[in-house]
Amino acid sequence: MGILEVKGINKRFGGLQALGDVNLSVTENTTHAIIGPNGAGKSTLLNVLVGKLIPDSGSVMFDGQSVLGRKPHEINQMGISRVFQTPEIFTDLSVLENVMIPCFAKRDGAFRMHAIESVFAEKGIRAQAEAILDDVNMLEKQNMIASSLSRGDKRRLEMAMCLVQDPRLLLLDEPTAGMARADTENTINLLKEIREKRGITMAIIEHDMNVVFSLAERITVLAQGTPLVEDIPDNIKGHPKVREAYLGEAQV
Amino acid sequence: MLGLEKKDFRLLLIVVALTMLAPFILNPFPEGSDMAQFNAGYPDLMQRFVIFGILAIGFNILFGLTGYLSFGHAAFLGVGSYAAVWMFKLLSMNVIPAILLSVVIAGVFALIIGYVSLRRSGIYFSILTLAFAQMSYALAYSVLTPLTGGETGLQPKPGDPRILDGALAPGETATPGFFGLFDMRDSLELSVGSWVFTFNAGYYFAAVLMIVAFYVSIRIFRSPFGMMLRAIKSNQTRMSYTGLNARPYTLAAFVISGMYAGLAGGLLVSMDPQAGAERMFWTASGEIVLMTILGGAGTLIGPVLGAGFIKYFENIVSKINKTTLEGWFYWLPDGLEDFVITLIYPFVGKGWHLTLGLLFMLVVIFLPGGLVQGGQKIAAAFKRKKPDDAKRSATEPAE
Repeated sequence: MGILEVKGINKRFGGLQALGDVNLSVTENTTHAIIGPNGAGKSTLLNVLVGKLIPDSGSVMFDGQSVLGRKPHEINQMGISRVFQTPEIFTDLSVLENVMIPCFAKRDGAFRMHAIESVFAEKGIRAQAEAILDDVNMLEKQNMIASSLSRGDKRRLEMAMCLVQDPRLLLLDEPTAGMARADTENTINLLKEIREKRGITMAIIEHDMNVVFSLAERITVLAQGTPLVEDIPDNIKGHPKVREAYLGEAQV
Repeated sequence: MLGLEKKDFRLLLIVVALTMLAPFILNPFPEGSDMAQFNAGYPDLMQRFVIFGILAIGFNILFGLTGYLSFGHAAFLGVGSYAAVWMFKLLSMNVIPAILLSVVIAGVFALIIGYVSLRRSGIYFSILTLAFAQMSYALAYSVLTPLTGGETGLQPKPGDPRILDGALAPGETATPGFFGLFDMRDSLELSVGSWVFTFNAGYYFAAVLMIVAFYVSIRIFRSPFGMMLRAIKSNQTRMSYTGLNARPYTLAAFVISGMYAGLAGGLLVSMDPQAGAERMFWTASGEIVLMTILGGAGTLIGPVLGAGFIKYFENIVSKINKTTLEGWFYWLPDGLEDFVITLIYPFVGKGWHLTLGLLFMLVVIFLPGGLVQGGQKIAAAFKRKKPDDAKRSATEPAE
């Protein structure tokens, strides 16, 4: 029994069957990659998991509780964090504030009105935020406005914002999309480090096979909204069904 | 000090000094001189400065922090005014219960309007608030006449019960006061040479409340709550994927800023006890937006400056008429005098909106951060150019 159990998910957009009878099980403490050609339904599946889309049928259980029908912030409070394809950060705020906000969210829940005490009187929260910035090597940039960071730093900041909440499941939507080679390597190393140090379960959607095979412990291949195979990386590499799905689009 | 960072405390002290010394600062010209009409140190106008300052400070908590542009804030001002007048009519001319009721009623009203309007964001939110405000105006103007006095407005009258003070005698008028200690219209005049300074009780009462309102707004700006509001303005997607629910945050900000508007409304009728529906008209809401943007949305002091700026224009520039202009330019040759007066005339007197509009355009185009940004630029220019004074005079006119 995995920490995340997806059973029989169907989602239609008009005449298009985006997801057809998708089953997926992510085991706790593994890195699970979801790959597939363009239009395979990877992003739709991810959006179902975080509460942005509601499927037509099926069930999504996280740690024994249903995720369906909950709002994104409620799902996050259950312990699922998401990293976006283009980093979603608070661009007008400083790097430190960016990380302090998830600390508050973790401590106080979805809403609490601290309108009178000063942000900087919150020593515990600040220490927590600084510790995580130190972990991702961004402590010296804590007073910069987030919009002025480089793309790689924005990705790192977003990762830090997710990690500081100690999520039980981290969803990553093409974390290296549009990155230069060096940045991609850095991100792979960062993710490996997170995986080893913190033991967070991860589900990654990714196009870059290099990234997938350096990180994933299990891989699910989606094609046309349905899972084709699920196996360990070594067995996926030469799988005839997978080759067929990709038709040489990427070298598998 | 007072739980504020050093910089914020200094700003608070400056505001305290400026408001307390306003009767001197705003009356720099001796009585009877040509320039005396630029004096703004008379009670009526000084009261407006601080009351609209409160209004703009409150509006800034919503617009400056969350970026939600309410186009119906005048509704809360109006509701606050009506609530306070009803307190004068039913209870007593004491301003304290009146103001308390204005704040509470405006808060409840904001909760209802905010609950519905905040289901949408951006332009749809603005239109919803505008619609609510115009509905309130229409209701106050006609349907709710028994409650609002309709076209004639609402004011204390003989025959009101006034449980604590007793009914007014026919012909008697009442001024709001503070526990019988002083009336809002009480003034003290101080003559120094040909200067006359007026210290008005109502002004100081409102000024103290503005300082408190300003202090509270600084605390909110610097609090975790204020940080969440800025986060909402910055990225709502990340907000919800961080486990935070934006709706209660925006609603709380909306209600707080509605209560500020209610306080301003209550104070307006405390100075002059009559409330009319025109106070809720959409142009009044627009004026609040102008004040905040002109001064600098999202800055602490900006809205207060913007409010002062607009109220000064409305009251001072609008009073310049043709005779005044002739008085100024009599020394020019005849033809030239007429020419200059014809050129300037459309921009003063009834044309003051034109000047304000031009200024607003200049500010928005060249100083998107408002007057505060202008001040910062000038300060920075002085700091930078101190070593070589020669260059400064060459560049300064551009500011």
